[in-house]
Amino acid sequence: MAFETMNLVKGQLSSEVLALKNKGYRFVTMTCVDLGDSFDLLYHFDLDLKLTHLRLNVAKADRVVPSISGIYFAALVIENETQDHFGITFDGLALDFGGHFYLEEEVKKFPFCKFTVNKAESAGEGA
Amino acid sequence: MATIVPFGPQHPVLPEPLHLKLVLEDEIVKEALPTLGYVHRGLETLASIRDMDQMVQIVERVCGICSCIHAHTYCMCIEGLMGIEVPQRADFLRVIWSELHRMHSHLLWLGLLADAFGMESMFMHAWRIRERVMDVMEATAGNRVIISVNKIGGVRRDMSPEQLRWVLQVVDELETELDKIKAVLTNDYSVKKRTVGVGVLTYQQAYELGAAGPQLRGSGVAQDMRMTGYGAYKYIDFAPVVEKDGDSWARTMVRFRELYQSIDIVRQLIAKIPDGEIAAKVKGKPTGEIVCRSEQPRGELMYYVRATGDKYLDRVRIRTPTFANVPPLLAMLPGCEMADVPIIALSIDPCISCTER
Amino acid sequence: MGFFQDLLHTSRVKSPWLIHFDCGSCNGCDIEVLACLTPVYDVERFGILNIGNPKHADILVVSGTVNPRNAKALKNIYDQMPDPKAVIAIGACGTSGGVFREAYNVLGGVDKVIPVDVYVPGCPSKPEAIIDGVVLALEKLKKRRPEKDTEPLVADLKKAREFYENREDRQVTR
Repeated sequence: MAFETMNLVKGQLSSEVLALKNKGYRFVTMTCVDLGDSFDLLYHFDLDLKLTHLRLNVAKADRVVPSISGIYFAALVIENETQDHFGITFDGLALDFGGHFYLEEEVKKFPFCKFTVNKAESAGEGA
Repeated sequence: MATIVPFGPQHPVLPEPLHLKLVLEDEIVKEALPTLGYVHRGLETLASIRDMDQMVQIVERVCGICSCIHAHTYCMCIEGLMGIEVPQRADFLRVIWSELHRMHSHLLWLGLLADAFGMESMFMHAWRIRERVMDVMEATAGNRVIISVNKIGGVRRDMSPEQLRWVLQVVDELETELDKIKAVLTNDYSVKKRTVGVGVLTYQQAYELGAAGPQLRGSGVAQDMRMTGYGAYKYIDFAPVVEKDGDSWARTMVRFRELYQSIDIVRQLIAKIPDGEIAAKVKGKPTGEIVCRSEQPRGELMYYVRATGDKYLDRVRIRTPTFANVPPLLAMLPGCEMADVPIIALSIDPCISCTER
Repeated sequence: MGFFQDLLHTSRVKSPWLIHFDCGSCNGCDIEVLACLTPVYDVERFGILNIGNPKHADILVVSGTVNPRNAKALKNIYDQMPDPKAVIAIGACGTSGGVFREAYNVLGGVDKVIPVDVYVPGCPSKPEAIIDGVVLALEKLKKRRPEKDTEPLVADLKKAREFYENREDRQVTR
């Protein structure tokens, strides 16, 4: 492991992110990794050129995560991208493109997933 | 009554397709909504069908303007995972090429900005000067734009002492040419009229919206990834270029002063470059996770690589500077006049192919 | 009318206006296209002018791969251009999809959407090659002189467009 991460559960995410913001961290980005049976969401923050990482494991079955775009507005771009690529729904997204941020309606699959998820299906789940 | 005006995807000031939906009230922009995806190729997924050496060529084509820095950062990731010690000379050469890329990128941007406010002659001059840098790239690496010098473990090509001397000469010429442009840029009434006070981003906003690079430094935040001392930057003296005002003029001046800074860095590098090997041997496959950051012309670039010891990498994630600069752009546009939109959009130095990958 | 049309066509070929559209290029080809306009290469000496409005343009210069979203914009720009017109695909990506041809959001080269007259290879294409491509396109444009009765030409172009739309057999395998 080249870097240390702080492992979180879903309920802690907002409070931890808010705590980091109050400490003066700058939001760098988020990374989503498909581990096969679950997703890892890595949140990267910067303070004085040092990175801090939060890791949130999301099960394949429930793909709904609270959005942090209310805390860091900058997160909305990457959260929309992750919606497009992995089919994870972010709850409370400041500006929601509904999975068509990059992709046209013709694209039916979530391209970055190793397992296949149909878009129509997931839209039903999200509703 | 609000009017919606589309800006792009095909627009004279933008060399790349970016679409902004501008909600106007009279001449004042009330809201700006972006539509991205015109350049989205999905090249991060190519990691699953291209092995790690081939990926160097793929990541170079994330963005043609700063290709060398993309490849450098990607190689740093793999080298970090595998514990490869890169020869010192290779580090120096990588950074020399990176700084040349920064110069040509900033000159290119200066030209586009001049074109956006109708100063055709400065556009031509900036690009004429830039061609000197392109000549250096062509002579030393064999291609003008995508130079493909980086490989995992080092660099592919060496520069001979004659070439290094010639680079110094070109850099000197550049400095004289820049001095000539400087007088026009800094004293011109119309340049100031179009940029001063336009698109203001305060210190607080820039930091909270996660701006990167000249955008961040133009708002007074002294952050430059080169300060982390990756590559050969640890052997070099430099201080980040910072401007306080946070408007388009401040960002222009940050980039313009960075041109002089790059010239200085190249001189220091060439004075200190050691002799020796230019590439280390690479054996085996990487495992683990790593995050590497570097400074592109447009700001902070971040790579995340996850490998499982397989032939192919598990995940490559690229966070490019323009990606971080989109939220600040959306924050700057409301309240400005319609006629200022092109200048503000250009002042973040948008690189859409970076953003969408 | 013959004389007038001759004059129009000669002037069109002598001073073509070109429009540049970036589809999904990495920027490398775009900056080389722009470099053509600048003092070192100076494409203006052939009377060529870069223009932002598709309705003013004679030559469409396209760089980069096509994806479902920009295909619509590209088709739109092409349809807005007045006849006769020529299309130049720049770079490995524009001609076939290049290094990205296997990426999921890439349909292939420019010829998947609109008929292409000149293909300029290279990754990225050098300005010399691009200028050469423009000169070749001008020769093609010269042959497309509208007759007194312009119907056949329009019908021809329609046929060509249909051909390209339906050519499944030459699709790059995905």
